[in-house]
Amino acid sequence: MSRLSADVAVVRGSFELDVSLAVSTGEVVGVLGSNGAGKSTLLGVLAGLHLPSRGEIVLGERTLSSPDGSVPAYRRRVGLLSQQALLFPHLSAIDNVAFGPRSTGAGRRAARETAERWLAEVDASTLADRKPAQLSGGQAQRVAIARALACDPELLLLDEPFAALDVDATPAIRSLLRRVVRATGVTTLMVTHDVLDAVVLADRIVVLDAGRVVESGTTTEVLARPRSAFAARIAGLDLVPGQSCADGLKTDEGTLVAGTHPDPVDDGERAVALFAPASVAVFRDEPGGSPRTALPVRLAAMEPHGELIRLRAAPRPGGPDWLEGLAADVTPAAVAELGVEPGEEVWFAVKAAEVTVHPAGR
Amino acid sequence: MSRVPRFLWLPAALAWLLVAVPIVGLVVRVDLSNFFSLVTSEAALSALWLSLKTGLATMVLCLLFGGPLAVVLARSQLPGLPFIRSVVLLPLVLPPVVGGLTLLFLLGRTGPIGGPLYDNFGITIPFSTTAVVLAQTFVAMPFLVVSLEGSLRTAGERYEAVAATLGASPLTTLRRVTIPVVLPGLVSGSVLAFARALGEFGATITFAGSLQGTTRTLPLLIYLQSQDDIDGAVAMSLVLVVIAIVVILVTRTRDVR
Amino acid sequence: MSIQRSPRTARRSAVLFAALAALLGLALAACGGSGSGSAPSTSAQAAPKTLTVSAAASLTNVYQSLGQQFQAANPGVTVKFNFGGSDQLAQQVVQGAPVDVLATASSKTMQTAVAAGKIQGEPIVYATNQPQIAVAPNNPKQIAQFADLNKPGVSTVVCAPAVPCGAAATAAEQATQVTLHPVSEEQDVRSVLTKVETGNADAGVVYVTDVKSANGKVAGVSFPQATAQGVIQSYPIGVVNGSQNAQLAQSWVSLVTGPQGKAALQQAGFTTK
Repeated sequence: MSRLSADVAVVRGSFELDVSLAVSTGEVVGVLGSNGAGKSTLLGVLAGLHLPSRGEIVLGERTLSSPDGSVPAYRRRVGLLSQQALLFPHLSAIDNVAFGPRSTGAGRRAARETAERWLAEVDASTLADRKPAQLSGGQAQRVAIARALACDPELLLLDEPFAALDVDATPAIRSLLRRVVRATGVTTLMVTHDVLDAVVLADRIVVLDAGRVVESGTTTEVLARPRSAFAARIAGLDLVPGQSCADGLKTDEGTLVAGTHPDPVDDGERAVALFAPASVAVFRDEPGGSPRTALPVRLAAMEPHGELIRLRAAPRPGGPDWLEGLAADVTPAAVAELGVEPGEEVWFAVKAAEVTVHPAGR
Repeated sequence: MSRVPRFLWLPAALAWLLVAVPIVGLVVRVDLSNFFSLVTSEAALSALWLSLKTGLATMVLCLLFGGPLAVVLARSQLPGLPFIRSVVLLPLVLPPVVGGLTLLFLLGRTGPIGGPLYDNFGITIPFSTTAVVLAQTFVAMPFLVVSLEGSLRTAGERYEAVAATLGASPLTTLRRVTIPVVLPGLVSGSVLAFARALGEFGATITFAGSLQGTTRTLPLLIYLQSQDDIDGAVAMSLVLVVIAIVVILVTRTRDVR
Repeated sequence: MSIQRSPRTARRSAVLFAALAALLGLALAACGGSGSGSAPSTSAQAAPKTLTVSAAASLTNVYQSLGQQFQAANPGVTVKFNFGGSDQLAQQVVQGAPVDVLATASSKTMQTAVAAGKIQGEPIVYATNQPQIAVAPNNPKQIAQFADLNKPGVSTVVCAPAVPCGAAATAAEQATQVTLHPVSEEQDVRSVLTKVETGNADAGVVYVTDVKSANGKVAGVSFPQATAQGVIQSYPIGVVNGSQNAQLAQSWVSLVTGPQGKAALQQAGFTTK
């Protein structure tokens, strides 16, 4: 496990990627950006599949790429997991997993043992003898995870690892990946366009736009208080950190945010509650009734948001910090009916059914 | 699964008949009473054996040299690749006789390569079995290269990229990933090359000549016999057709698995 | 996207189909045309006439130049040639091909047509041809007689016994009692000459007319046994029974066997009677 530091530029026609980033040993960094932001190019350069136009990549003690030369992909010890599992179609699942160890010098028996261990690690031992054509998308991705980790990479690159999966298969694979990445402590860089992936897997996120880093910080920071327009657009969600509990999520100071758990998550585990600003109702007085979470806030700002008005919250005096930046999207008519002004105290309420609780980075 | 549009059936059937009817004509024309003695004559057996031997040698040469060429065409970023490819395809459009003449001028006793070979080492390539294999390789090479390059392009470089990130050296990747992934294309390309070699006539007779046991392959014998012994020619043609169909059928069915 | 694409594909297929159908129609029409065209036209008096002559391939040049002369002398007459292997030509006539004159390169092949009752009267033998050894100009291997072809270091090519020119070598071998060990038995004269012209073979056994046709690219070495009975190749000609143009056919035979024919044949290396 090593620290990665990369400062690279790639010029391709009119597109230019110019990125400088560092990933600490064992850290998981998510790179967010829309299509064409240069995410996959960045991973290709780090893996050694493309040559950078200029710059330097250092992994631990080793310089992988510099103006003096470049270490070929197969000597980098940089694993890559893509959207498609890309299991070798002519090899069984276990032979796919054993491929890396075999290629890097392990004996047949040792490689097979390593492969068996990793298949067990991803709960795919029963699939060992199947050919890729006989695996579902989710099963294939499990095997691909085992294969990427079986050659003990110093850096693991994840390229939208859930993008091609069925919606139903995604939560299980996401939590599996989270578990094994945490367990191995491998330094990981993940690119995704899905905020949820970043929330669940990443300790820190870097936002890439038009080939440049426009923002970086911990996941909660960037998503809760996006500083770039781009981050705001991709975030677009209300996000409350805390610990998972049976009814949803409990914040550090004890507020309960009622919600559901689409991803498997243990009670007491670090988690994040997510909900859309449009699902937040705003009241002058504490609402009662149906199972919903009501948060006392101070109205910080009002801004137009499409046809709606986005109300931004701030904590009341003595209130918890995480209320800062929470958004509620309401109709202009509702705002007029409420008759509130920035600075006044209101309640943000959201139904449990609108809130999902996900395991989160440390 | 997908239904074939109705208006395609007629031209499809005509296309098939265009090929099949002459073959049926051949079968009908066969003199069955003498068939066995015709195809087991010394000349026939010697030609059959020579054809199989040189066809296999041609296939091996195509694999050894055409295989790497296909990889270069499919994977490299050489400048002028379209030009290089079109040269490889030339034997498909060139009359084989022209190919034979070119080989004769190049490798013949007075040619720029054949000349020094003869003067210094006394080696004469024309009129030898080697010449047969060279002529067949000339015409058969594009079949392997085209088929294999197609497979390589279809498979893409994704598997090779994955193999590299798993620590596999280029050689290991070629051996354990690229070749197994394109194996169906490799097999069908080799079979096509073999089949083409089996049927090769023009380049062989022009470059290698025709002598029983040395250079007279089955097609050469068939042509020769058609001059004075049509029955023998038809019988040998049928043997050639049967061999070709068996070879193609066996490999194709295995493809579909 | 798929909605947009399907009609276009369909239209393209329809065009393709139409083109295919047109092509097929054309091919069929062409077949039909050639079939009816080759049959001699019903003898309408004033209509232009076509004389069809089937002749051995070795006669191609001579007959073509004589054809010009014939057409000049007989306005309104077109001479159509059907050059090929003597055996095939005789077979065609036996099968009833609409041919007016048959001229083969051996008495044996002519005899098959005669035996089938397809020739009017006796065929006339008007020319002969004999084997000769073709060598590179200046004869670098100094080949003087037929037996020299077996000298070490001399590579010889012949025509395969099955093809017409193969008779040259077979007959010469019999007459000289020398058995050749050729490096190749070629399919036709041209291939033998090419091998000698390009220096890949030192000698080839062909006919005098073939050496002549190479225009100096090879030299001819004669040997005495070449003129022996059975080695010499005869060129018979005959009018085909049932010819619609028997008169014209007879004039063609006269031309070929007359002074003009002799001159042209001798120029090509034939011996005339």
